Amino acid sequence: MSEARYAVGIDLGTTHCVMAAVDLSVEEPDGLAQWTVAVPQLTAPGAVEERPMLPSFLYLPHPDELKPTDRTLPWGKPQPFVVGELARAMGSRTPIRLVASAKSWLCHPGIDRRAAILPVEAPDEVERVSPLQATIRYLEHLRAAWDQRYPDAPLIDQDVILTVPASFDPAARELTAEAAASVGLSHLVLLEEPQAALYHWILAAQGEWRKQVKVGDVILVIDLGGGTADFSLIAVTERDGSLELERVAVGDHILLGGDNMDLALAHAVRAKLAEQGTQLDLWQLQGITHGCRSAKETLLSDAQAEAAPVVVPSRGSKLIGGTLRTELTRAEVTRNLVDGFFPAVDAAARPASRARAALTKLGLPYAQDPAMTRHLAAFLARQVGATRDLAGFEDRLPAGATFLHPTAVLFNGGVFKAQPLLERTLEVLNSWLQAEGAPPVRLLEGADLDLAVARGAAYYGFVRRGRGVRIRGGTAKSYYVGVESAMPAVPGMEPPIEALCIAPFGMEEGTQAELPPQEVGLVIGEPVRFRFFGSSVRRTDQVGAALEQWGADEIEELEEIEATLPAEGRQVGDVVPVRLRAAVTEVGTLRLEAVPRDGSEGWKVEFDVRGEG
Amino acid sequence: MNDSQPGFFARLTLALRVFGRILGDGAFADGVLRLDRGESSAPAAPPLVESPKPAPLRETLPESALQLLALLQQEGRFVDFLEENVTAYTDAEIGGAARVVHEGCRKALRDYLQIESIRPEAEGARLTLAAGFDPALVRLTGNVVGQPPFTGTLMHRGWRVAQITLPKLAEGHDVRVLAPAEVEL
Repeated sequence: MSEARYAVGIDLGTTHCVMAAVDLSVEEPDGLAQWTVAVPQLTAPGAVEERPMLPSFLYLPHPDELKPTDRTLPWGKPQPFVVGELARAMGSRTPIRLVASAKSWLCHPGIDRRAAILPVEAPDEVERVSPLQATIRYLEHLRAAWDQRYPDAPLIDQDVILTVPASFDPAARELTAEAAASVGLSHLVLLEEPQAALYHWILAAQGEWRKQVKVGDVILVIDLGGGTADFSLIAVTERDGSLELERVAVGDHILLGGDNMDLALAHAVRAKLAEQGTQLDLWQLQGITHGCRSAKETLLSDAQAEAAPVVVPSRGSKLIGGTLRTELTRAEVTRNLVDGFFPAVDAAARPASRARAALTKLGLPYAQDPAMTRHLAAFLARQVGATRDLAGFEDRLPAGATFLHPTAVLFNGGVFKAQPLLERTLEVLNSWLQAEGAPPVRLLEGADLDLAVARGAAYYGFVRRGRGVRIRGGTAKSYYVGVESAMPAVPGMEPPIEALCIAPFGMEEGTQAELPPQEVGLVIGEPVRFRFFGSSVRRTDQVGAALEQWGADEIEELEEIEATLPAEGRQVGDVVPVRLRAAVTEVGTLRLEAVPRDGSEGWKVEFDVRGEG
Repeated sequence: MNDSQPGFFARLTLALRVFGRILGDGAFADGVLRLDRGESSAPAAPPLVESPKPAPLRETLPESALQLLALLQQEGRFVDFLEENVTAYTDAEIGGAARVVHEGCRKALRDYLQIESIRPEAEGARLTLAAGFDPALVRLTGNVVGQPPFTGTLMHRGWRVAQITLPKLAEGHDVRVLAPAEVEL
């Protein structure tokens, strides 16, 4: 194994992947060479182009659909699948063979993430892939692209920083690390995307960042990508006279992003056309979606324009005769995007959630309330105590504050290229602050809303070597296992359950929690399942704390965990008392172990990623 | 006596050698005969035709042209538009389609070619061309007389491709297919 020459940041996004690198041989952050790595990919059958982004799409073509030479990449043998721009283009015509949003499936608790289930709508003859495999395909492509460009510095020898949403649960993180490991990336760390965006801001500010923030600042990072929304709060603290950054809270996983917005506009235009008596087929609806995206960009970037034309070209070779023409007005954009996704609500607003129908089709758990501002209000209210125990922050928040008051905000993600959406978000946030007598937030200007995460991640590889400010924080949740409490059983009632804390809030990478005093019984040779919980607000629970009751909003149930003790020298069926110990690996994943009483080596406890079915 | 002429012994050796070759080599003997008659020593070859230098024209390869055309069709329905009979349609209808073509072809041009204007001045501005300007970059029109520097009005800024990056093609890829036929199942 050779010493890593580069740190490579990989933003494995829901809709796009981006790869960036820094040269680790440079000593000073000021002279840091940093760049995004273009990714060669098929853009048409038999045509390969380098693009700054790799669309996160996997297409599984019919054997007669493409010649093997049409799938030729600059490396290796043609694969029986297509990744990237061509996959997206072919999938728009044949959706039953397209795997999209694999990342969202990877953290979908209701399904088996290792089972070949994608595309969900595919007919039986299509050989489906698992969300994990799809992720591996994207990473393989990125690795091949890197290795082709830097044959002397293969990716598996470099420091690789893979970004994940801050809201990813331990199981999804573990699956992401597993995908990277199966591609051979052994020098791997995971980094939360909002943190990566902040690292990029620090890098772009070139040392000036210390002048733009001060001790006592709370930076709100709003990362709104193609498919997901991710919030984080980062506090500016001081140690030994120099500024430090500490990530104090992350939000829930919200499946809501820019693609939803384009779709919302397309449906609005479709409804308008339907009123005029024009029905659209699937092909035309896609055309409308595409047309609305560029019309939206026109309207959101030009405050004078009142309407922008939306043209859907005919499918046949008769372009003029068959072309459908309509327009998108400013009022429609304002109603559907600005007011629809960023309504001006007060700080007490909460996202609406409908009870799900009992027989939901297998699909992604999209956010039920499209209002970003309501999700944001709920996040800040829940995290009102996030800085309470932080040195220097004791008196910062007024006593009656109903939500945590951020002092600065950093936007990330392609959605915020639209200035009116950014302005509306600021406006709403400031109205909440004003209502509680707090000053408005400062906007931290970050460039490159699309590429910042990958670039920031690469820079983090440099920072990890002790050459720049590091955002501290550790795990953003405390974790608990459910154990039956020792109360006498009452007929007709489930035995009450206690949540036993096994991992405190804020565990750093490479650390191990203490052993809790409580023991649980494991049956040898049989898988034993435990309920598993996490809390993003209970910051002070220590290992061994047993909660008998908790607020509905305080603790959320995660997927079950499962321990299987091998029979090795023991009697199958015997019950062995063990204690559960948590550790955070160097990679950044949570590892749970069952440690027997005699102190011998523990067994790994697995996250159950097979879903409920 | 000229210094470059051979001496007696050299001439004797030559005479003996030539004597032998005249007897053994008919073509050589014929050459010597004509030399003796005072004619040129060149063999009776057909008179050499002074062929003109080939004109500096070359065939261009159709590959990239077809590739670019396919990209314009793919992104902006360029071929569809030009192949359609526009006389049957109103200007509004044509205008609608033109947006598709304009937006798509513009995207293709910007993605694959980096086009810049040759002259930075605004059109209509007066400018002076010093001696030694490149006539390939600047075309003179109108009252073209006299010696540089020339002063005139910029009518068109000109375009030049600074960079071109076309997609790489797989071996055996048929560039003549501008757009495949589409059959929906």
